[in-house]
Amino acid sequence: MKTFAMKTAAAFAVGAALALSAGAPGAAQAATPKKGGILKYVVPAEPPSFDGHRETSFALIHPIAPFYSLLIRVDPSVPYKSGNFVCDLCTEMPKPTDGGKTYTFKIRRGVQFSDGTELTAHDVVATYQKIIFPPQGVASARKAFYVMVDSVTAPDPYTVVFKLKYPSGAFIPALANPYNFIYSKAKLDQDMHWYEANIMGSGPFIFDGREAGAVIRGKRNPNYFHKGKPYLDGFEAIFAKKQSLRVQAIRGDRAAIEFRGFPPKSRDDLVKALGKDITVQESNWNCVLIVTPNHKKKPFDDVRVRRALTLAIDRWGGSKYLSKIAIVKAVGGVAFPGHPLAANKAELQKLAGYWPDLKKSRAEARRLLKEAGVPNLKFELHNRGVDQPYKIVGTWLIDQWKQVGMTVTQRVQPTGPFYATLRKKKDFDVSLDFNCQAVVNPLLDVAKFISDDKTGNNYGNYQDRELDKMFDAMNQEPDPKKQRAIMRKFEKRALDEQVNAMITLWWYRIIPYRSYVKGWYISPSHYLNQQLEPIWLDK
Amino acid sequence: MAANPAYDPALDAPAEKQPLATRLMYLVRKQPLGAAGAFIVLIMVLSAIFAPVLSPYDPTANDFAAMAEAPSGAHWLGTDQFGRDLLTRIVFGARTALVVGFASALVGGIIGLVLGVASAYFGGRFDLLFQRVMDVFMAFPLIIMALAVVSIFGTGVQNVIIAITIPFIPRCARVVRSSALALREIPYIDAARACGYSHTRIILRHMVPNVMAPFLIMITAFVGQAILLEASLSYLGLGVQEPTPAWGLMLQGGAEEYAESAPWIAIFPGLAITLAVFGFNLFGDAVRDVLDPKLRSQ
Repeated sequence: MKTFAMKTAAAFAVGAALALSAGAPGAAQAATPKKGGILKYVVPAEPPSFDGHRETSFALIHPIAPFYSLLIRVDPSVPYKSGNFVCDLCTEMPKPTDGGKTYTFKIRRGVQFSDGTELTAHDVVATYQKIIFPPQGVASARKAFYVMVDSVTAPDPYTVVFKLKYPSGAFIPALANPYNFIYSKAKLDQDMHWYEANIMGSGPFIFDGREAGAVIRGKRNPNYFHKGKPYLDGFEAIFAKKQSLRVQAIRGDRAAIEFRGFPPKSRDDLVKALGKDITVQESNWNCVLIVTPNHKKKPFDDVRVRRALTLAIDRWGGSKYLSKIAIVKAVGGVAFPGHPLAANKAELQKLAGYWPDLKKSRAEARRLLKEAGVPNLKFELHNRGVDQPYKIVGTWLIDQWKQVGMTVTQRVQPTGPFYATLRKKKDFDVSLDFNCQAVVNPLLDVAKFISDDKTGNNYGNYQDRELDKMFDAMNQEPDPKKQRAIMRKFEKRALDEQVNAMITLWWYRIIPYRSYVKGWYISPSHYLNQQLEPIWLDK
Repeated sequence: MAANPAYDPALDAPAEKQPLATRLMYLVRKQPLGAAGAFIVLIMVLSAIFAPVLSPYDPTANDFAAMAEAPSGAHWLGTDQFGRDLLTRIVFGARTALVVGFASALVGGIIGLVLGVASAYFGGRFDLLFQRVMDVFMAFPLIIMALAVVSIFGTGVQNVIIAITIPFIPRCARVVRSSALALREIPYIDAARACGYSHTRIILRHMVPNVMAPFLIMITAFVGQAILLEASLSYLGLGVQEPTPAWGLMLQGGAEEYAESAPWIAIFPGLAITLAVFGFNLFGDAVRDVLDPKLRSQ
């Protein structure tokens, strides 16, 4: 079983490295770091709360992650190889024992929370208990990632033991999730909701104030356990909802960087205006927009109609042109493009909606609509009120469907009501939805497509027990080749045979930033590598 | 009976005796700005009606071979980021503007008219309470009120019409009421009451027709305001949604990102909004000048 874990880890490392078409940006930045300075960066939204275990938004990660440490993390010096996991609070990456079912972590000594108390294994255990086994009334957004975990214990103050129900290659990537902030057991014992409104961690920065709607400030943690870091004196996360404002902030040097990503046009404008003062890093992005038909609503309960929807979409053409105006690019299936578990082009072209012959594909879509009795199907596309890439892709999809005789209107809702429609009202015909994950981990990332009573983020209102079985089998399969074979069957069923959902295009991350910002490297997720400790300013 | 010294019989003369062309020329000479406004409105209405004939392209069809193209022989006003012909979208956008403008102005105006006249007719506590309710509605700026309504009902053409209609109602009711208050004291209303006519009949058949002048002035002003409000809501992402051609939406989609590299994406829809509102305002002023006896006498 050791070989299983090692094989899987190797697959992640190789896969993630291959997955990044932009290549390694690090070499060009090598220089001696300078200390001091305040990093100002713009964030498109404010965090809904301060609790990382509860939230799923980059709006929390970008301003809040610098205040916390993690048990393990993606290596911040090479985050573009997101399969490279290193210790943050632990002293050494453990090797699994007990046939791959036990992981024992040794915790660093002398680590302090910002209130001066010592961080021990008990704090780590309390944190993961909250994440994996949250008590009634406590939200944990990613508890499904830890279905393989049987128990978390601390036999002594500097040892944490995870016991698994079965060996799983998905465990270590799940553990390195950047939302897994290590909290103080004392604070959690006092109130499990304390961290929703308060900030107190052991990260590279200490909370230094907040002006609601404007800014969150952090100052250097003098007792940070990674000696010599952070390089910055502090940071200011400035909230700016409008994209034009964020671009102008960087252009006017009122902010140095935005960590989520800009569309190609904004990159080009900044490069044109600032020349060598702007550096750009780009990467494929572990985020994808998904078309989700409501299986409980007619005629979308008919697989022929769902198949017609996907057959009408020209993904190959869309990739070529939409990538000029939106933050999307790669054509892919259910797994992150380029990953060993992902389909290659030849495999994709066998799936409905990916055929190389677009005319044939659209003719088949028209035939299916006619056969299903809805040759002039009219419906409403439910979409999120965010330009990039939701509204751009939504407008493109409507044009694609129009070409097989469908008439589609669009209902756009702000983020809150958008999710209320998906999760509670469920009164949509077809909705755009997304699957964004932090660590590239297709084995778990595809949980989005399994039955809605098995996963928390499938809004299609369907159960597909065949998919559920394949998902479980894939996660318990030690052989990466067999994992891949199951993944193909899973993909075929989800996207072609049942068309439970439709993948549009995978996102593409473009970060143009002031060239004096050094030490930050792009990753395939806007959630990763946001503790800011390696960043320094070459001013 | 002494002649009214403020009344100029010549003003009415051409309308009664001359052919249509002469009468139009007379109006153009008398109200040149109003005529210009009417001309703009007419062009807009005709464009909206004959949009499919006038436009060589489909307003919603993407053409990625022509993304953000500058004005040219093929695309007179250029194309947007989806390669859609801007002239076509502006011409079709006139439909959205007029549908929203007229629907909001007429519905809001008519409801306001009836409520305003009724408030003046009944007077007393009803009038007092009704006017305080109107005060509450009037306390909100037009755009804020529309934003509040659209956030409740959601986006889309119908909801935008509702959002713009609601804030128009108190504004129309207030103006109409002030005219109707004077009417209420005129003996023929007392005579109608004495004849035993119902309140509805007195309000609708005897009072409403006599407040049509201020009503029509309000309506013309409302149409321009409604077009501007629709554009504002769409620009804020709360109005009409893609791919419906609408001027404010066209600004929202392209103004920010393409202002430098493809300024025509923002300039031409902006010009269309400006011209339409300018046209309706000029036309509205002219209607007021013609219908308001005080201004007419000047």
